[in-house]
Amino acid sequence: MIDTSHIYDVLIIGGGNAALCAAITARREGATVLLLEHAPRTLRGGNSRHTRNLRYTHKQANDFLTGPYLEEEFWQDLSRVTAGKTDEALARYMIRESEDMLDWALNNGVRFQPPLSGTLSLARTNAFFLGGGKALMNAYYATAEQLGVEIEYHAQATDLRIQDARFTSAMVTQRGDACEVRANAVVVASGGFESNVSWLKQAWGDPAENFLIRGTSYNQGRMLRVLLDQGAKPVSEPDQCHAVAIDARAPRFDGGIVTRVDCVPFSIVVNKAAQRFYDEGEDIWPKRYAIWGRLVAQQPDQIAYALIDAKSQGLFMPTVFSPLQADSLRELAEKLKLDPDALENTVAAFNRSVKSDNFDPSVLDECATEDLDPPKTHWARALDTPPFYGYPLRPGITFTYLGVAVNAHAQVLMGNDEPSPNIYAAGEIMAGNILGQGYIAGIGMTIGSVFGRLAGQEAAHHAQNGAA
Amino acid sequence: MPKTALLKESERIMRICNACRYCEGYCGVFPAMMQRKSFPDVDLVYLANLCHGCRACHYACQYAPPHEFDVNLPQTLAALRTQSYRDYAWPKPLARAFDRNGLVVALISVLVTTLVMLLTYVVQDAGVLFATHSGAGAFYQIMPHRVMVIPSAGIFLFALLALTIGFTRFLRDTGVRVHQLLNPRTMWRAATDAAQLKFLTGGGDGCNYPNERFSHLPRWYHHGMMYGFLLCVAATSVATFYHYGLGWEAPYPFASWPVVLGTVGGIGILVGTGGLLWLKMQSDPEPRDRQSTGMDVAFLALLLLTSLTGLLLLVARETPAMGVLLAIHFGVVLALFLALPYSKFVHAGYRFAALIKYARERRAVPGKIELSSDY
Repeated sequence: MIDTSHIYDVLIIGGGNAALCAAITARREGATVLLLEHAPRTLRGGNSRHTRNLRYTHKQANDFLTGPYLEEEFWQDLSRVTAGKTDEALARYMIRESEDMLDWALNNGVRFQPPLSGTLSLARTNAFFLGGGKALMNAYYATAEQLGVEIEYHAQATDLRIQDARFTSAMVTQRGDACEVRANAVVVASGGFESNVSWLKQAWGDPAENFLIRGTSYNQGRMLRVLLDQGAKPVSEPDQCHAVAIDARAPRFDGGIVTRVDCVPFSIVVNKAAQRFYDEGEDIWPKRYAIWGRLVAQQPDQIAYALIDAKSQGLFMPTVFSPLQADSLRELAEKLKLDPDALENTVAAFNRSVKSDNFDPSVLDECATEDLDPPKTHWARALDTPPFYGYPLRPGITFTYLGVAVNAHAQVLMGNDEPSPNIYAAGEIMAGNILGQGYIAGIGMTIGSVFGRLAGQEAAHHAQNGAA
Repeated sequence: MPKTALLKESERIMRICNACRYCEGYCGVFPAMMQRKSFPDVDLVYLANLCHGCRACHYACQYAPPHEFDVNLPQTLAALRTQSYRDYAWPKPLARAFDRNGLVVALISVLVTTLVMLLTYVVQDAGVLFATHSGAGAFYQIMPHRVMVIPSAGIFLFALLALTIGFTRFLRDTGVRVHQLLNPRTMWRAATDAAQLKFLTGGGDGCNYPNERFSHLPRWYHHGMMYGFLLCVAATSVATFYHYGLGWEAPYPFASWPVVLGTVGGIGILVGTGGLLWLKMQSDPEPRDRQSTGMDVAFLALLLLTSLTGLLLLVARETPAMGVLLAIHFGVVLALFLALPYSKFVHAGYRFAALIKYARERRAVPGKIELSSDY
């Protein structure tokens, strides 16, 4: 049960990476800390449960990374995917602050692994958690408990009392009982609103019904709504998110990493009219996977099919769901409920446009189509060797970017751009400050870690010094 | 779970794991899995025996219950391991010993020990049995040397034969060829992995046993048991040499090799098995295979009893209790020999065979597939 007689120094709302980084930091600063996790213990950790690595700045290779990754390169990578939709000052601040993040995580019980297989393009930039994100969260929870952070599961913050931009208390529901929790400062790290389908529909319309949510079903955006309603300044747009194309047979929530389908660059992808709609071979897959969720979301009924033939089996990660398989394109079309004539025409036109046979999956090869719209600029090989395989794809939403604006103290900006004296935000709920659009692997954890730690520190200082 | 269902469930989980791969840094199972695109039954059995049951993957698993994918790899592989003990048992009719192995091993222990005690009591004169004996040949005044050696050597050789046949068939099915057993690099790799229990280190912080916390204790207890057992084997071998080679009769002085090796080994077994039983009592039931628990406990208890009775015999060998203690210890040792090929002990052979296979596989070129990484 939550102790409501007490005024905590710092209240943390949320139970993912950002929340735990904030809780541990605030507690280490000497603050009394209460952390509210909406999920039960078995499902704790928000979307961080599903993550795998952390992108961070480092000056040289180390036990876990193959080479240096400096501020400028990190910034270039970020500004490329966001196409300028980012707060440069805040982003650069985050990039610099990320530098000692690995040591901080190690000191708080997280273990990393050397880059092993299949992660060649990230082996220099991203440190991989041993055992993945749930192992990371287990380590942070164990550390927080050991330090004396009070942790309550099943505890949902439903409302915040805010007067003149100052937080006084939070309304909390736990197993059906409602109570009011008072604290001198609050860190809101409760995620985006990606699991709230009716909110997604406001932004996307009916297509949102066909979206799959790759992470926790607890990210309902309740705190985001409360903060925006009480005058917090919004950042990014409701339809901006990290979305990838995942197997259409994935569960509605929490399918996580295994629902990925990595065959796109070696496939042709058609919509339900059996028409291609984008260059499948535009770039290497680690640089392109993050655009395909949006691409599929723009197709009729938000469905698409990646088709390969026997030649391409084994070139990509095995999938958790078996592909639909057939000995002819017509038969495959029937299995996928596509018009067989239309599919045959699409494949025939594609096959005719394929010229080079210098196929090489490990580089941007010369296999490009000629006179085809849209083109396939690499790895274009005729689909002519049965059996043929089809993977149904749907948009898989990882997290939403609409959030609250923060300053370099992680304080939430209220309507007139004035920072709240004691409301801080970290993680997905403020990711839109950095990510206006697009995504690069591992940056969700950079945002959560850096701003979580910052928010915890600032909140603890505020609670201890200037609380009155 | 019936065998076919167990294999099907193992395959289902392996497909999920192979699409995830987050656990690749914990042990050998995942790198071995990643070299495969499909999972025929023999490969599943190999992976099950490569698994050391450290449970790190379970607590790290985003698909563990209550997730709808319901992934419980340690439990499933433990059940499949036990199934493989059954499948490779020789002779075939005795495979059923693994159906209710805890009970079987307990019965063997109680019956054999009781039988030896009864026979000793019936055959031996009470005046001799409860007298104090000392000096060379003291034991043999209770039980003639031949009476001890013939049944124990007979049973031991049979056990050795049964274990060897199981081990050989497992190796063959796993795809390890005889000439590969002569490859020093492979064998050195497998031997060091086994000697260090490398795959109980969980990538550095130890295993998640008996619960979510990382711990090196299970590994240290297992070391105590394993090296204790080997020291006891060494003690017995030296004693056999003393007897037949040098004509020296037991009991040997406290400062002799058989007694020193046996005492250190016995204490190792006592601490190791006691520790492992103590951990097992606290073990988190979720990743545990309940069907295998009886087997695990019974063998640990039998080994613990062997060491305990041996140490008691050592302490009390110059008192009137020696006769009874000798009968008990001899009975327990006979039971242990008899139970070896039909108990948890068999895991040593199959685990080692799996480590040999893995030692060859790990040299393969790592995959060059690019992942989306995704998060």
